[in-house]
Amino acid sequence: MGVMLDLKNIKKYFTMGDEQIKALDDISLSVEKGEYVSIIGPSGSGKSTLMNIVGLLDIPDSGEYLLDGVNIKELSDGNLAKLRNQKIGFVFQNFNLLTKLTAWENVQVPLIYAGMSAKESKKIAYEYLAKVGLKGRENHLPKQLSGGQQQRVAIARALANKPEIILADEPTGALDSKTGTEIKKLLKDLNAEGQTIVLITHDNSMAEEAKRIVRIADGKLYEYERKTN
Amino acid sequence: MKILNIIKMAFKNIKSNKLRSGLTMLGLIIGIASVIVLVGIGTGATSSVTDSVKSLGTDILTLTISSSDVTYEYEQVDELLEITNVEKVAPYKSISATASRGTTTSSRASILATNDNYLEITNTDLAKGRRISLIDIENSTKVCILGSEIAETLFSLTEPVGQTIKLDGDKYTVIGVLTEQGTSMGNNVDDMILIPLTTAVYFDEDTSISDIYIKVEDEDKIDMTSTLIGNYLRDTLLISSDYYSVSSQDSMLDTMDSITDTLTLLLGGIASISLIVGGIGVMNVMLVSVTERTKEIGIRKSLGARKRDILIQFLIEALVLSLLGGLIGVVFGLGIGIVVENFGLTFTASGSIILIAFLSSAGIGMIFGIFPAYRAACLRPIDALRTD
Repeated sequence: MGVMLDLKNIKKYFTMGDEQIKALDDISLSVEKGEYVSIIGPSGSGKSTLMNIVGLLDIPDSGEYLLDGVNIKELSDGNLAKLRNQKIGFVFQNFNLLTKLTAWENVQVPLIYAGMSAKESKKIAYEYLAKVGLKGRENHLPKQLSGGQQQRVAIARALANKPEIILADEPTGALDSKTGTEIKKLLKDLNAEGQTIVLITHDNSMAEEAKRIVRIADGKLYEYERKTN
Repeated sequence: MKILNIIKMAFKNIKSNKLRSGLTMLGLIIGIASVIVLVGIGTGATSSVTDSVKSLGTDILTLTISSSDVTYEYEQVDELLEITNVEKVAPYKSISATASRGTTTSSRASILATNDNYLEITNTDLAKGRRISLIDIENSTKVCILGSEIAETLFSLTEPVGQTIKLDGDKYTVIGVLTEQGTSMGNNVDDMILIPLTTAVYFDEDTSISDIYIKVEDEDKIDMTSTLIGNYLRDTLLISSDYYSVSSQDSMLDTMDSITDTLTLLLGGIASISLIVGGIGVMNVMLVSVTERTKEIGIRKSLGARKRDILIQFLIEALVLSLLGGLIGVVFGLGIGIVVENFGLTFTASGSIILIAFLSSAGIGMIFGIFPAYRAACLRPIDALRTD
């Protein structure tokens, strides 16, 4: 098992009016391949900022971040985009599907940016939709799908490029408890197949699914629990 | 190929946003259609004027005496033939009278009193009958030749030659009918009635002549002949050059050309403004669409789209919209051109104008598309994702 994510002394500050907010205050975190880590914290604790930095959507003010051994500080915009495309699969709270595209076309988008042909990417998109249990709904638009189904499309999209890590930000936040449970199970199954998952949530029961729980509060990180099973 | 897929994605976006795409194109469609229509009308006007001037021939001089103090009589006209290079002369007078046959009346018909050279000089052919002869002129006979249109008005299906019509109540025998000519130099030849020059005396006692067409033998020497005619007029009539003019078709053509060129330029200018306004419309919609689609850009970036991918996507969308708008504009413009022609205006669609309008629409799409596209591409993924 190698180290997948390695964050050392990460700081990220925001200025709001005259006040400086320490969203991330000297955070260090290491995640190994195949781990299922949940980061739990109340809103405003800095967990979304952490997720954005881990997902290469934002860059830290200081500190070092190695993703699969690559120091992201030295990377250009284009290479960051490539890493997002190849190594990271996002699952957002509000799904973030492209509303004008059908389910399979949404799953196809990251494959196209990876340079895959239209024909092959369509085949793969169909495969992953089947994997998340959406066989037969490939040509539905997001608005024709239920919330749980939309999140499944988002998970299929996150998986399509075989990323090293799935970053899930409150994936059940917009779902009712029954569909939420289904999504939880889907993530757990993926982890069982060896998929590294970082889950961000404010919900204790959701966090419980993970093997390892990390708590974040006021920009600081506390190791909380590490299961050994 | 990656770029091909991005092009496909752009098309998909255009298709799924029909209203927005339509509005974007509307400005360009109107702009391009108006360029084609207005410039087409301008060029059409130019060519119809030029054609009618040319139809008179480049070996013709037009002599006009504008002084009312002097009289130039028919008997003197032959003196012009003694000038070097003068081949034929056709003095003419315009009269307006009421033409009628039975109960059919053509009020205020334009009557042209002239000699037998007129038809040859103006390249007008007889459809049937005979020309005005010298005898007609010597005897001031009451005969006439009808233009094709007035012949049909007065006679419809009856054979006109040999019949009589009345001009201001006087009986005239129809001796011939002209072929259809169309409008020439503002005169509708088809609506005209020709009578012998000397017969004009029945309408107007003044027998002096003020307008003459002169045909020269060698058109290369037309300028010299024009000077000689001027000298002759000065010597015989003792009038200064302010009171007469001798002009060739070439000089008229030059004048007409400069007028119609200005007209075309003016129309083209107006149309170009509408094209630019159309372009700004494209930019407007593109800018709004970038703002509207910030979220989409954020999502795409989180999925691995590079700056270049976003830029290409938006540029291709702008380009496809402008080319499609340009194409519809061209079709629309040509359609309006056909309608305009049905209203009697001459419309000339020139290939170069269509090409220029089409290319400028592509150019406008690119130019006004680049700024919004660049703005979109530069958005940081996190900022783009946060927008709702």
